Amino acid sequence: MANEYDVLIIGAGPGGYVTAIRSAQLGLKTAIVEREHLGGICLNWGCIPTKALLRSAEIFDYMKHGKDYGLICENPSFDPAAVVKRSRAVSGRLNGGVGHLLKKNKVDVIWGEARLSAPGKISVEKASKQAMEPQHPVPKNVLGKGTYSAKHIIVATGARPRVLPGLEPDGKLIWTYFEAMVPPSMPKTLLVVGSGAIGIEFASFYNSMGSDVTVVEIVDQILPVEDAEISAIARKQLERHGLKIKTGAKVSKLDKSADSLTATIELSGGKTETLNVDRVISAVGVVGNIENLGLEELGIKTDRGCIVADGFGRTNVPGVYAIGDVSGPPMLAHKAEHEGVICVEKIAGLDPHPLQKNLIPGCTYCHPQVASVGLTQEAAKQAGHDIKVGRFPFLGNGKAIALGEDQGLIKTVFDAKTGQLLGAHMVGAEVTELIQGYVVAMTLETTEQDLMHTVFPHPTLSEMMHESVLDAYGRVIHM
Amino acid sequence: MPTPILMPALSPTMEKGKLSKWLVKEGDEVRSGDVIAEIETDKATMEVEAVDEGLVGKIMVPEGTDDVPVNETIAVLLGDGEDASAIAETPPAAPVIAASAPPAQERPSAPAAGNGAAAQPLPAPAPTSPPQSAPATPAGERIFASPLARRIAAQNSIELSVISGSGPHGRIVKRDVEAAIAGGTAAAPRVEPTAPPAAPAPAISDEAVLKLFEEGSYEIVPHDSMRKVIAKRLTQAKSTIPHFYLSADCELDELLALRVKLNGNAPKGADGKPAYKISVNDFVIKALAVALQRVPDANVTWTEEGMLVHKTSDVGVAVAIPGGLITPVVREAHSKGLSVIANEMKDFAARARERKLLPHEYQGGTTAVSNLGMFGINNFSAVINPPHATILAVGAGQKRPVVLDDEISIRTIMTVTLSTDHRAVDGALGAELLGAFKNCIEEPAMMLV
Repeated sequence: MANEYDVLIIGAGPGGYVTAIRSAQLGLKTAIVEREHLGGICLNWGCIPTKALLRSAEIFDYMKHGKDYGLICENPSFDPAAVVKRSRAVSGRLNGGVGHLLKKNKVDVIWGEARLSAPGKISVEKASKQAMEPQHPVPKNVLGKGTYSAKHIIVATGARPRVLPGLEPDGKLIWTYFEAMVPPSMPKTLLVVGSGAIGIEFASFYNSMGSDVTVVEIVDQILPVEDAEISAIARKQLERHGLKIKTGAKVSKLDKSADSLTATIELSGGKTETLNVDRVISAVGVVGNIENLGLEELGIKTDRGCIVADGFGRTNVPGVYAIGDVSGPPMLAHKAEHEGVICVEKIAGLDPHPLQKNLIPGCTYCHPQVASVGLTQEAAKQAGHDIKVGRFPFLGNGKAIALGEDQGLIKTVFDAKTGQLLGAHMVGAEVTELIQGYVVAMTLETTEQDLMHTVFPHPTLSEMMHESVLDAYGRVIHM
Repeated sequence: MPTPILMPALSPTMEKGKLSKWLVKEGDEVRSGDVIAEIETDKATMEVEAVDEGLVGKIMVPEGTDDVPVNETIAVLLGDGEDASAIAETPPAAPVIAASAPPAQERPSAPAAGNGAAAQPLPAPAPTSPPQSAPATPAGERIFASPLARRIAAQNSIELSVISGSGPHGRIVKRDVEAAIAGGTAAAPRVEPTAPPAAPAPAISDEAVLKLFEEGSYEIVPHDSMRKVIAKRLTQAKSTIPHFYLSADCELDELLALRVKLNGNAPKGADGKPAYKISVNDFVIKALAVALQRVPDANVTWTEEGMLVHKTSDVGVAVAIPGGLITPVVREAHSKGLSVIANEMKDFAARARERKLLPHEYQGGTTAVSNLGMFGINNFSAVINPPHATILAVGAGQKRPVVLDDEISIRTIMTVTLSTDHRAVDGALGAELLGAFKNCIEEPAMMLV
């Protein structure tokens, strides 16, 4: 039958579409349902368009500091509309690319909103959610409303911004990442609530583009999942660039006026202060999209807004799987992709291993960049490891100095007994491109010896990765 | 398949020796127990007995050859209907060996100069011979393991070769080593006395020992993990288990006759080879298992809390491998046919040498057999291997004069010695068990019913 598949995937975000392609590679008849945009939040309203915005900000920063490099760039300025337009164009190009990849792999695309109607069956209706504009065009030759069946149904519906009471986004004064991605104009003053990756990236962007930005974070460090030392260095750098940061603080009240807001902020000492801003970005985390999927009717277990799934994406109901953000943290595109591949390989009868969550790196693209994998120094201690810690500052690296990027740190955490690399934490220029070296090392289970024996090319920032390992064992050269 | 006869190790430390004399020539028929050659080391000269029967197909190492490495194939025995050409076609099979039989390494040897007519030339010897001490997997086979897995294994004295990898392409990764540590392995079997005895202090310190020898007059060979485990476990066994010993002579003639008959009637498998070849040791395993069923009070394990009275007879069989020994367990041996036991042991012995046995295959058991008969040992006493309550040390079957009906006659006699844990099995009970065993050996047909 035409509407019968081996594997049906709900949601064409980075988890869903990669799963679909892998499924097709494995010879399974595959379809994917999407209600809004191929590539999901990541590619349309998240990872990718923010990187385009941040690239504009980065080049603008260079222009402002051209003099430092002997270059003359007088009164640099920018066109906000053109910056946003470029970001949308980058997103649009990749959105079209996903459609092409699905077609090439003979994955059927079903346009609409899916609901699990019975075991092995979904019904697809017109999307109830209003799509965020501007939206890329619907791909050609998609299937539409109707009933579809599959032996295996993978829920990959992703997540959406968390809404806190009193901070409800209104699309005008209180933004989420959707509105922050396409600002009609640059706010003069901006309050960012939440200092996770999303909050800090937007804060960094708007700060570079000239806004007066204040970040409020409820815990006592920014980027709460990162190593405390790295977080502190990032904070210092961001503050040096003009960002205002309040940690251990929370926004208790927002009073809206016609085109501005007054925020009441409870500070760590118990004092409160008020702040007038043009706009607020709410970046207080994301929650799984588990509604209107028919999960309750099928008795699929959920926990704190996410579907409960095992290491192979299997829910408590046979034939129904969940991967990516909707199956729980860390809510990262690359985690979703790997979970999806593992899930569908298990379905196909291969013998994959569950994803080791300690091997999932995280990157934040503020200026300076932050990247990490594995256990922080504190977490390693708490896990009972006797640890060795290596540190190497950008100040000691020739390439960093040549780049004019001499602020930053590369930190490594080893188990003293076995030499296992437990974690690596970086702050500074280009570290998001460096971290995978350590991820490979950890995935292959190298010890400090293998890393010491690895030749890192000179002159590169990566040499600091070598030095950090040497430092952990008292053998650092350039310090 | 042709069976290789390997250069035996006359002592645990022997690495090579001189093949001083062949007592058989190509084409001779030999039976199990026949003396076929003499081997000489700097310490002793020993006779080599055939472990199997067959035709001497080819003598690979001419007599008078010095420095023949242990486990080198010195001759090849042909089975029924096999001719010498089979030698060139098939790699030598791993022979079924009983306890302490020399391990085999499957590797072709140089043909003897001027050897017999029809045979095709044998493959040239491998350019480098694998070092005898090596290890774990057959020579040339690399163990794929992550650096971290290697280090954790080394820190915990776990042999990588006993671990099967779950990483990409079977690579051994950290979780595999951790699972091996958690589950216990060859290197670190768990002995569980309720109150662990304090580690006995060494009789003399290393330093004191070294002082007794002139520096430079010796070499220090570091212990591998298997050596450490053997030392630890057997020290513990011998110092915590009150051993006593019972010996008996068993007449083998009927068993040998039955064995010839059973092996002679073995059906041919699809490949034209007999489906089984039962050794004397296989009979011993079966007999001990049946005896334990007849004397169930002796099929026990001592624990502080109470006596474990086992329902099945699981018989460990000591198999010598390069660098030590390992004791795979024939489970429920009382209910298995001799051919099943024979084939199981053949598989165990082969995989033991490659250190490929899985923990569940060598852990546990209720008793054990250690057979040094093929080395010409008449009788000896073995150390009990916990959690067993007994171990049977088996000597060589030899023709001896015996007095029957006041006449001296010749019988094939095998002396066995049962080591017994007195906490679990008292003297009379041990005697009863040994009596039942002797009865099974001397009336082997009764084991079949």
